[in-house]
Amino acid sequence: MKSANDILAVSKEHADWIPLLELSAREVFELMLGCQLSQLEAAPESGLDITSMVGLAGQLCGVLSVRSSKESTALMAYKMLGAETDKNSQEVRDAFGEICNMVAGNFKNKISGLSEGCMLSVPTVVTGNDYSLHSLTDSPPLEVRLQFEDRPLIISPEVS
Amino acid sequence: MPDIRALIVDDSSVMRKIVERSLRQAGVNLTQVLEAGNGAEALAVLEQSQVDLILCDINMPIMDGLEFVKQLAGVSNAKGVPVVMITTEGSESHVVQALSCGARGYIRKPFTADQVKEHVLPVLAVKT
Repeated sequence: MKSANDILAVSKEHADWIPLLELSAREVFELMLGCQLSQLEAAPESGLDITSMVGLAGQLCGVLSVRSSKESTALMAYKMLGAETDKNSQEVRDAFGEICNMVAGNFKNKISGLSEGCMLSVPTVVTGNDYSLHSLTDSPPLEVRLQFEDRPLIISPEVS
Repeated sequence: MPDIRALIVDDSSVMRKIVERSLRQAGVNLTQVLEAGNGAEALAVLEQSQVDLILCDINMPIMDGLEFVKQLAGVSNAKGVPVVMITTEGSESHVVQALSCGARGYIRKPFTADQVKEHVLPVLAVKT
């Protein structure tokens, strides 16, 4: 059996993590929202005006972010709660933060040995899209592009 | 199924609502639901109220779920009250730590109502 460090070393090819990250997101949406995610071929050029982030520390360091639109996150909250919620409400941001938290937790639990050696922060949600994220990690940028109800959902691990 | 007063401890209000709904779907006859956003708030709730079941997250600000469960031993209103953890932390060490601190069940997020039923109903059945 490989140790966590062996697996992480292999996974320095960070592209190996993409299928696990995609599976993690699909499971969260299926179990908690009762819906299936589908593949998105091209990254959208606009409309991603809300970002949820969870920090990781320990064997895996950095941040996992999930980007979407406020309209999409309101629909996510509706599917989680079964009740309409204003797209600018704290409840919608809370729901979107929890989604990011569960994707990050589910992801690290899928990498053998990592779930014990990697801690998660509580989620942070940023609204608006006029910002740049500058990662200090030396890993190449990765993205998982998915669709939630025909709307883009972009997941990015900025980790090393 | 007897009447149950539950305390749900999670820093996400959305998750508290989902846990409550899952308990109802599991057939738990909830007559009262109390909520807390972290372990310290939950301890304060228990100073004033008695409950029959506690559902608790682990990663929370101020006081996390594991510390909360440890401190429950000194709370008279919590004697014999079963605690089930509901958390994104999925490692065996977290499970062992939670159970050794006194938790009676452990559910990993994301979860289904069936998983809540599977883990909560048995601890209610053996409640002392």
